[in-house]
Amino acid sequence: MKKLIPIIQLKPSVEQAKNHAIKVTEKTFDISNKASGFFQEVANMFLFAAQTFKATFSRDFEFKEFLRQCYQIGNKSLPLISVTGIIIGLVLAIQSRPTLMNFGAVTMLPGMVAVSLIREMGPVITALICAGKIGSGMGAELGSMKVTEQIDAMEVSSTNPMRFLVVTRVLAATLMIPLLVLYADALGLIGSWAGANIKGDVTFILYCRQALSHVHFMDFLPAVIKTFVFGSIIGLVGCYKGYNAGRGTESVGKAANSAVVLASLLVIMVDLVAVQITDML
Amino acid sequence: MDTTKTAIADSSYVKTKKLVIDVKNLKKSFGTQKVLQKISMQLFDGENLVVLGKSGSGKSVLVKCIIRLLEADGGSIDIMGENVGGLHQDGLMEIRKKIGFLFQSGALYDSMTVRENLEFPLTRIKKDLTRAAVNEKVKEALENVGLLEAIDKMPAQLSGGMRKRISLARTIVLDPMIMLYDEPTTGLDPITSDEISILINDIQQKYKTSSIIITHDIACARSTANRVVMLHEGQIYQEGSLESFEKSEDMFIKSFFK
Ligand SMILES: Nc1ncnc2c1ncn2[C@@H]1O[C@H](COP(=O)(O)OP(=O)(O)OP(=O)(O)O)[C@@H](O)[C@H]1O
Ligand SMILES: [Mg+2]
Repeated sequence: MKKLIPIIQLKPSVEQAKNHAIKVTEKTFDISNKASGFFQEVANMFLFAAQTFKATFSRDFEFKEFLRQCYQIGNKSLPLISVTGIIIGLVLAIQSRPTLMNFGAVTMLPGMVAVSLIREMGPVITALICAGKIGSGMGAELGSMKVTEQIDAMEVSSTNPMRFLVVTRVLAATLMIPLLVLYADALGLIGSWAGANIKGDVTFILYCRQALSHVHFMDFLPAVIKTFVFGSIIGLVGCYKGYNAGRGTESVGKAANSAVVLASLLVIMVDLVAVQITDML
Repeated sequence: MDTTKTAIADSSYVKTKKLVIDVKNLKKSFGTQKVLQKISMQLFDGENLVVLGKSGSGKSVLVKCIIRLLEADGGSIDIMGENVGGLHQDGLMEIRKKIGFLFQSGALYDSMTVRENLEFPLTRIKKDLTRAAVNEKVKEALENVGLLEAIDKMPAQLSGGMRKRISLARTIVLDPMIMLYDEPTTGLDPITSDEISILINDIQQKYKTSSIIITHDIACARSTANRVVMLHEGQIYQEGSLESFEKSEDMFIKSFFK
């Protein structure tokens, strides 16, 4: 009987070990599933981008739809971008003024604000707003078209939906977002003039001259190139998420939501890379 | 299953008519759910083939596989002698130009007016039509479904049944050689349903189209069918003339036709 006791005690621990092993295996499977799901998603997105690229250069470009999309993008986001642009400039000026004053460098204010607006604030903030406004719009629009079989209907009426829906939207975003960024930069400059001039009397022309004398071509060019990339990312992600929405109306919301999240994340990440590259130049 | 064979042999279509759609051993599953298993069926020139089956039996999946909105897992589909499965984008587009597809959900373009909804496929498939001819055809199609007055409305302003009829107009405006109707009369009142059934017959007479009509509506089946196929559990349960179905002693079929 004495010999049996350790066996009885051992039994639950064997059981426990087994359970533990099962749990670990399940978790490993779970993690590896998630990981492979992520890589699949990335691969699918690259495939989608490649298909879009290919469809862009095929015959029958849908020019009318492209113009309509350009108008939509500009029209939808102009008020929002205007307000944000002015406020960003204003805030930048008001916040940097005291610090610069401590160093006796208030005259640097216009140049500093202009450089930070043109290099970073303008492009990134505009792109993030557009990711929210345009990316989600595209995700929701294409998502609902997918769910209600409108994309299928296009396909059976001999229209390539990639060409009609996706290419036009991606190109429109790629073209319009840089324009919106320039517009935001300009308004930001006006805003910063107002901010810097609360107690001063510098004319706007003089202020601009001061500001832009500090901006070099190499501040400007990488920023502009970057915005084209932002634009195409926002268009691609929005369309990808919408085009690949699941079944059921619930997936429309999901598509819109994940389009915003992914597009914003990618914009920030690309910005990081872009800054590194510009730094090396 | 023996009844199936005799029904085919009886059918006069087999000897006299040309094959338009030939589905052989079609298989389709979603994940582990086997929706279609070894479906073989034919559509002959000029006939109305009614496909019956319970909700969820895979009727919509079947027609979507035929027009290749869904990729089949196995088997082959020939449309007018061409293997659809092997076609590339351009070939597929050519075949699709000959086929009209009525979606079960209607699938109207939300962002376009009724007129634009009809013009969209028309101007893309028949590129040589003049502006006046396009207008004429759009009006005619809308008149056929009795909704000319809705021409400048947006789909969101229409009732469910109206959307369905506009969707039908969008399909018939192309005068296709083959029509695939996915539940053309579901959700419509009996009077409109009858009108749609008559319209389907008219189209068959006028343009000599061959049609597959998916329906639950026995009244519609009675007035349109030249031949009937019943789908059950992913397979062809029975195939034959409408009379053979009406007279059938099979409990499952009886429950449909009571
Ligand atoms: N894209 C899809 N992904 C996953 N499952 C699908 C898909 N399409 C259809 N199914 C499944 O296939 C089965 C058959 O669907 P289908 O729409 O063909 O039914 P149906 O016969 O047309 O029914 P109803 O008469 O209600 O329209 C259903 O169980 C459905 O869940
Ligand atoms: Mg169906």
